[in-house]
Amino acid sequence: MTITTLLAWVVAAVTFGTVIMYGCLGETLNERAGGLNLGTPGIMMLGGIASLTGAYFYETSTTNPNAFISVIISLVCCVVVSALGGLLYGLLTITFRANQNVTGLTLTIFGTGIANFFGGSLVKLSGGLGQISVSMTSNAFKATIPFISKRLGIFSNLLFNYGWLTYLALALAIVLHLFFFKTRTGLNLRAVGENPATADASGIDVIKYKYLACCLGAAISGMGGLFYVMDYAKGTWANDSGIETLGWLAVALVIFTSWKPKNATWGAYLFGFCYWIYLYVPTPVNVFLMKTFGLNKSTYLQNLYKMIPYLVTIIVLVLVSAKKRHHDRAPESLGVAYFREER
Amino acid sequence: MEKESAVELRNISKSFGKVIANDNVSFDINKYEILALLGENGSGKTTIMNMLAGIYYPDSGQISVNGKVVSISDPKVAYELGIGMVHQHYKLIDVFTAYENIVLGLKEKNKDARKEILDICLKYGFEIDLDMHVYEMSVSQKQTLEIVKVLYRGAEILILDEPTSVLTPQEIAKLFNVIRNMRDDGKAIVIISHKLNEVLDISNKVVVLRKGKFIAEVDTSKTDERQLTELMVGEKIELDIHRDEPIDLIKRLEVKNLTVLNEEGRKALDDVSFEAFGGEILGIAGISGCGQKELLEAVAGLQQIEPGASIIYTSPENTEEELVGKSPRQIRELGVHLSFVPEDRLGMGLVGNMGMIENMMLKDYSTGHGLFVQTKAPKSLASTVKTELSVDTPSLNTPVRRLSGGNVQKVLVGREISLAPTVLMTAYAVRGLDINTSYTIYNLLNTQKKKGVAVIYVGEDLDVLLALCDRILILCSGKVNGIVDARNTNKEEIGLLMTNLKGGN
Repeated sequence: MTITTLLAWVVAAVTFGTVIMYGCLGETLNERAGGLNLGTPGIMMLGGIASLTGAYFYETSTTNPNAFISVIISLVCCVVVSALGGLLYGLLTITFRANQNVTGLTLTIFGTGIANFFGGSLVKLSGGLGQISVSMTSNAFKATIPFISKRLGIFSNLLFNYGWLTYLALALAIVLHLFFFKTRTGLNLRAVGENPATADASGIDVIKYKYLACCLGAAISGMGGLFYVMDYAKGTWANDSGIETLGWLAVALVIFTSWKPKNATWGAYLFGFCYWIYLYVPTPVNVFLMKTFGLNKSTYLQNLYKMIPYLVTIIVLVLVSAKKRHHDRAPESLGVAYFREER
Repeated sequence: MEKESAVELRNISKSFGKVIANDNVSFDINKYEILALLGENGSGKTTIMNMLAGIYYPDSGQISVNGKVVSISDPKVAYELGIGMVHQHYKLIDVFTAYENIVLGLKEKNKDARKEILDICLKYGFEIDLDMHVYEMSVSQKQTLEIVKVLYRGAEILILDEPTSVLTPQEIAKLFNVIRNMRDDGKAIVIISHKLNEVLDISNKVVVLRKGKFIAEVDTSKTDERQLTELMVGEKIELDIHRDEPIDLIKRLEVKNLTVLNEEGRKALDDVSFEAFGGEILGIAGISGCGQKELLEAVAGLQQIEPGASIIYTSPENTEEELVGKSPRQIRELGVHLSFVPEDRLGMGLVGNMGMIENMMLKDYSTGHGLFVQTKAPKSLASTVKTELSVDTPSLNTPVRRLSGGNVQKVLVGREISLAPTVLMTAYAVRGLDINTSYTIYNLLNTQKKKGVAVIYVGEDLDVLLALCDRILILCSGKVNGIVDARNTNKEEIGLLMTNLKGGN
């Protein structure tokens, strides 16, 4: 493997890793308050299409579009629409105490459908497949740090040649981690996810915490969709399920990180590496594996490779429960609706 | 010392649906005093204290704290009034440290919190490691943490619900020491208990409740165990339950040296030995949580049994079988049936969302042949149970969840009886039932007894146990504290056996 291919692998892994990281951080926030939102992939789809739609209409309706304004517009669109998705989830699961798994899965189907519907319309409006492009907004998002991204040779390419949202995700992970484990509000939030009855008896507004966590969580998750559209897809839309696939990886990553955002800072990239592994495995290995498994098409092998992140997650789950590590466990009341009169 | 009242309860009533938990109860809780709230299970002790803690809201009546009439609408209000309750099931978060649990939910950041907590510990004699996680703690450490938490939040009125039930004698002595320290510091303390010796040991004043009603208030120094027992169990009520003399007694079960550990590793059953005979009803009495559930489950094969025990079952064909080590299904197939009615009634034995027919099927689905389930037999069984026990249900397919409590119980007991058991174990079979339905169940059990079935009846109401059973086994803290002839005993004797372990507690 040459240094160039390795570099390409790293760049690809970091790009997808960042999408996964946003999804994971948002979902972690929600799950820490006891909400298991399997609608995360759908919310990321919503975030992606909202940012694209906002930027598209701004770029096409203004004669001299300003890059800064377009970034703000697409960010706001993404965050608001994603948070609304979270609000819908919260309304159903917190207020009406609907089953969280069913609600979440439905939300994924809903979000994917809505996103592809509007995506298709945008493609039509812009005159056909591949025509839609918000290149200016996309470029603004892909803007790298000046000077440092060029001057350090290979290190620049390896570490500093990504869009600024990449670094924002890392910062967010650290901030969230400090919030959970170092602040009073974070302690209260975790108490809500562990044992809402105790939290309630201690004077914490459980319902408020749950709603805030699921709306803010959804807003953060939605940023993953924005990053995919603006950075990876360069401001275009394809009616494939690329975002959704990464969304499921984000949900798995929450478990992999044992609900600790600091672990997402490397876990997300690891998942990114695993996702792209099929492109970078040396051919002899592939040939050997295909022979061993009796596969006759390389895509079959690709699908096997794509299972690796999930496999790793399962192994982590088994290890955590086998070792009885209390601090790596899921919040105790994760997935359970809270009803005060039941105490 | 002049008595200064901290809380005045006046004419408090509370009911849950048809069940009256508290009926016009009035008493005072004083500062510099330890008040023991005494009563049998279901006498409404915890309910009335939960109203002080803001968990329930009284239907009628008036609560005053420090002379002012208050409305305690939720736990937060209770905290603000200086009322703190330590529940039987601790409200702690496992993955948090002791310190985090104490400060949880408090608005203002207090830099001196740690020091203040340690001062409280020093003052009353608590030992606590603030950085220990709750999951690493023993039960008694958790209890200490709960009390410190309540004190740190400024509680002047402290309610402890069954604080000694999970502690060792040494831990109890330690707890009583800190409770006395708190009393001498001017706090008003309520201990909910049914252990007479502890009540006499720690309290200044005893309030006795029975069936939700206020019975008496006595000074501890002027009373003794006998008087308290009498107040607690009340006059004998004549129940008109038909009871035949047992005939043709055949030994069915012989339990020897049965020991079962609970989740915390303590002995839930301690060296229990007894015999049960076909043709009689063996009653099991005891304060709740003294091993009744574990005993029945151990016989039914649902509990992990410590080595050294044996449960010999004698079948109608006179062959002897060892039940220890057999699976629940093997035990059931031998004819030993458990009809367990837990607190929530639907928890064990029935599936709430299924109708009668499907619930009948649950116990013998495995006998069917072929791909599809056979509905014919369970259908006719369901309609037999419906007519014979007059189960009130719109149809056989109505989810049993929608039936009233009595009807659910009939379905459950009816199914077990229909399988022609040789040993029938029931627990709390009449809990929450009205008097007529209860009699239906008693008659059912009597019919089984006449048929030669060995019936084991775990009950709460001593009057019923005395009128229905032939012998009564009394469990106390997991030990057999006596087996008495139901015809030649009285409530006081059983009450004393329930609350006082022979040979010291």
